[in-house]
Amino acid sequence: MDQLLPLAVVVPLLVAAAISALTPLLRRRRRILDSTAIVTSAVVAGMLAVIMIRVAHQDQTYWFAGFRPHHGIAIGIDFETGPLSAGLACLAAVLVTAGMIFSWRYFERVATYYHVLMLTFLAGMTGFCLTGDIFDMFVWFELMGVSAYALTAYRPEERGSIQGALNFAITNSIGAYLTLSGIAIVYGRTGALNMAQIGQDIARHRPDGLVVVAFVLIITGWLIKSAIVPFHFWLADAHAVAPTPVCVLFSGVMVELGLYAVARVYWSMFGQALTGQTLTGQTLGNRDTISHAFLALGLVTTIVGALFCFRERHIKRLLAFSTISHAGMFLTGLALLTPLGLAGAAVSVVGHALVKAALFLCTGIVLHRLGSVNETWLHGRGRRLRATGVVFTLAAFGLADLPPFATYLGKGWIEDTSSARGMTWVIALLVVASVIVGAAVLRVAGGVFYGLGDPPSEDPQMAQESSEETSETDEGKQRTPLTMIIPPAVLVTAAAVIGLLPRLGSVVEAAAVRFQDQRAYNATVLHGARVAHVTAPYPAEPAGVTVTDLVIGLGTAAGAVFLAFLALYWRRLPVLRRGFEPGTGLVRPLRRFQSGVVNDYVTWIVIGVACLGGALAFSIHG
Amino acid sequence: MHIFPFVVVVYILAVGLYGIVTSRHLVHQIMCLIVVQSSTYVLLLGIGYKTGAVAPYFYDIPVHTPAVDPVVQALALTDVVVEAAVTALLLAFAIQAHKRFGTLDPQELVQLKG
Amino acid sequence: MTPGQRRWIFLAAMAGLAAFYVWGLAGLPGFGNYPGPYGDIINRIAVAQTKATGVVSAVNFEYRGFDTVGEEFILFVAATAMAVVLRHLRHEREEDSPGATEDWAVPPASDSVRLVALIFTGPVVVMGWFLASHAQTSPSGGFQGGVILATAFFLIYLSGEYLLFRRISPVDVTGAFEAVGAGGFAAIGVAALVMGLPYLKNFLPLGTTPGAVSSSGTIALISFFVGVEVAAAFILIVGELVEQTLLVRQGDH
Repeated sequence: MDQLLPLAVVVPLLVAAAISALTPLLRRRRRILDSTAIVTSAVVAGMLAVIMIRVAHQDQTYWFAGFRPHHGIAIGIDFETGPLSAGLACLAAVLVTAGMIFSWRYFERVATYYHVLMLTFLAGMTGFCLTGDIFDMFVWFELMGVSAYALTAYRPEERGSIQGALNFAITNSIGAYLTLSGIAIVYGRTGALNMAQIGQDIARHRPDGLVVVAFVLIITGWLIKSAIVPFHFWLADAHAVAPTPVCVLFSGVMVELGLYAVARVYWSMFGQALTGQTLTGQTLGNRDTISHAFLALGLVTTIVGALFCFRERHIKRLLAFSTISHAGMFLTGLALLTPLGLAGAAVSVVGHALVKAALFLCTGIVLHRLGSVNETWLHGRGRRLRATGVVFTLAAFGLADLPPFATYLGKGWIEDTSSARGMTWVIALLVVASVIVGAAVLRVAGGVFYGLGDPPSEDPQMAQESSEETSETDEGKQRTPLTMIIPPAVLVTAAAVIGLLPRLGSVVEAAAVRFQDQRAYNATVLHGARVAHVTAPYPAEPAGVTVTDLVIGLGTAAGAVFLAFLALYWRRLPVLRRGFEPGTGLVRPLRRFQSGVVNDYVTWIVIGVACLGGALAFSIHG
Repeated sequence: MHIFPFVVVVYILAVGLYGIVTSRHLVHQIMCLIVVQSSTYVLLLGIGYKTGAVAPYFYDIPVHTPAVDPVVQALALTDVVVEAAVTALLLAFAIQAHKRFGTLDPQELVQLKG
Repeated sequence: MTPGQRRWIFLAAMAGLAAFYVWGLAGLPGFGNYPGPYGDIINRIAVAQTKATGVVSAVNFEYRGFDTVGEEFILFVAATAMAVVLRHLRHEREEDSPGATEDWAVPPASDSVRLVALIFTGPVVVMGWFLASHAQTSPSGGFQGGVILATAFFLIYLSGEYLLFRRISPVDVTGAFEAVGAGGFAAIGVAALVMGLPYLKNFLPLGTTPGAVSSSGTIALISFFVGVEVAAAFILIVGELVEQTLLVRQGDH
């Protein structure tokens, strides 16, 4: 068994404990603290990269405390890792490293807490990705959650921080408890907590109410974490107020981890039962109902996120809404249920994470140098931040799906698979959302860093929100330190380079096929078998770059640029006046839903679960 | 009586969520969150119960006496600790909220919206 | 939504969710009919395999020990984060001279409270220690023992001796204990790795008599670390909250 697997989780935990124990010594020694944290997260990233290479052809299983399965029944906890799991964890570690480099020296800190919390956050994310036991997944989810709540409230002097942290904590805790209820129910049926064993057990019979209810409850927690409408309200509140390196992690990985968990739970546990076939060839469940239900969720999320994104003037909140929109896109890719859709979602996640991290880090630089995140106030003032402007604009194009960024590649595959399944309207909606989101970020880039056009108008509510955001750094505001500008530059370059890798498509799709083959998964985990031929429920399609993809990608980017120019110059064209003022048009009635009151958010959660449950209940009855 | 304890689980969940949704005081809301969590304890422990079985401690009883499920008890123990941690953190947020906003009414604790 | 609208919308949605949930729960085997197999297998093999008679603790610290590591760190993070969230507006106030706390007006406790607290402190410590060290024999363990140990410190606070409470559990030292407790648990697993065994494998001698204090190998050791960590975490958490009460009172003067 590969000893790197437990070490990837245990090393950050031990270092966090060590730092905390030595707080009196380390309190003043900023450089030792920073270097320790950077080295630890870099080492973890390295370990996960090695694991990713080692699992390229065969998943690895690690049984804790040596308790191997007892006659095919698992009695201990296992780590079960494939390339997609290890890759996502590696991405998390890379982003933590980038964030820690960014916060070198200048970031305002309190004793050793920031570093300790970031490392436990990393450990939670890594454990969450690598594990093959559903209750273990819940434990790491809670560790991730508690660290995240604490990091959101890192600056409790700001009222927004407290509101954001409270809304985040209450909604996500309810999600976690619903997930736990689902885990308990499925344990009651199968008497197992190991995902492979549960999957095997419930696929033996026709799925009944219990299976559907357990599935819906378990994924509710993950859907809340991944900010899918109508569970998304907390994200804008929390993102806008968390410190910059923390926002990088939230938008880059934490939200995506929720979707990873939905995929993992579906394809390792419930997929075969809900939509597959028994060994005797009897078809279970209704594949299309499930696919359509999640497609609906994904597409509504992507459009709602895009619309809210466009009318924001608080840069971090704008980026937060764009994350919601992209989360919807990823869910759409997953909902198509094909390996190519999953591969597209995976590569999109990577591209989005790198590009979004760069955008947030550049916003952090703006906050450090200019002391504000209000787009209206900042108009034209970013001209002297030349390097930052270049990186931000490039990242904005990455978000607008310009070839060759990895975001373009992933979205292209999602579009290919939708047209293969005959759903071209999905492509249209994804393109519209990408154009709107890309335009919003390009508008910020053009306005703040190049002074193009006129400052966007805003209502007093928005002005008050972003005026509260004060600087996160202590000193050194005359130049941008190298430690702040290099991480985003590297991340944007990586996003472009990944999109150019030649065999990426076949490698990722092979990994996706393996992720989706439940029978092979069960055999590998419970019996240690090496499975030669893996087959997914849907056939694998070629994952290349077609001319259609290229045209759509360039078209989306061009559309985003055009819309951004319109947004910057509309005052000179009076005919457009009504469309671009904030608070008018489609968005105004929608805005009332984002009320900031957690009671409303919880009501929406209950509505969402009830509706999703109702829809999926039909999948086995009708 | 086979399903009655599980119906109680749903009832506790409903009561807790109702409390959260209609709450006008943050500390009350946090306590209702604890109630929601309690529903999962009842569910877990109810699932593991065997009629006529003893507790799984074999200190002074023979090893093969039928006992209830120890795994759900261990899971419930883990959950209690997790809940204690989350509650402590939320109460700290509540204290800060009172300091910054001057009120504990969730409907007034709004700095960001729209 | 207005509060009235919210209530009715919620009730409608909750009715749907409740119906859905009950539909699912109806598929369970029924109260009292646990079907196994996980629990039954563990009950059969645990005593022989680990020489511990407390099977729940064996599950917590041995079979599913890795979950417990995660949970320990959740508590660790929460206690650490309390200090971040509740820190004073004036920066680095912890580093002011310790004498600054002497002018905080602590309300005097009544004599009967002081007497009861005094009488109970000793037995509570013994009780906590007893529970923490007997995880493998009876219904007890690190968590339970740790919480009771923390209670002993609260009794000192309740008897009005806030300064004594703070002096015997200063934040840095308690925080260090907590970190050692959590880190120690994780490190036991690493010790197994160093020996070439899987993480958290029980590598200490298991003893001969099931249920003796010295048996069950690493279970007893892990329980000790967990007890230390939980006690320290609760002292930190309640200490932070108590300090806020005193700050509020001081602010009123």
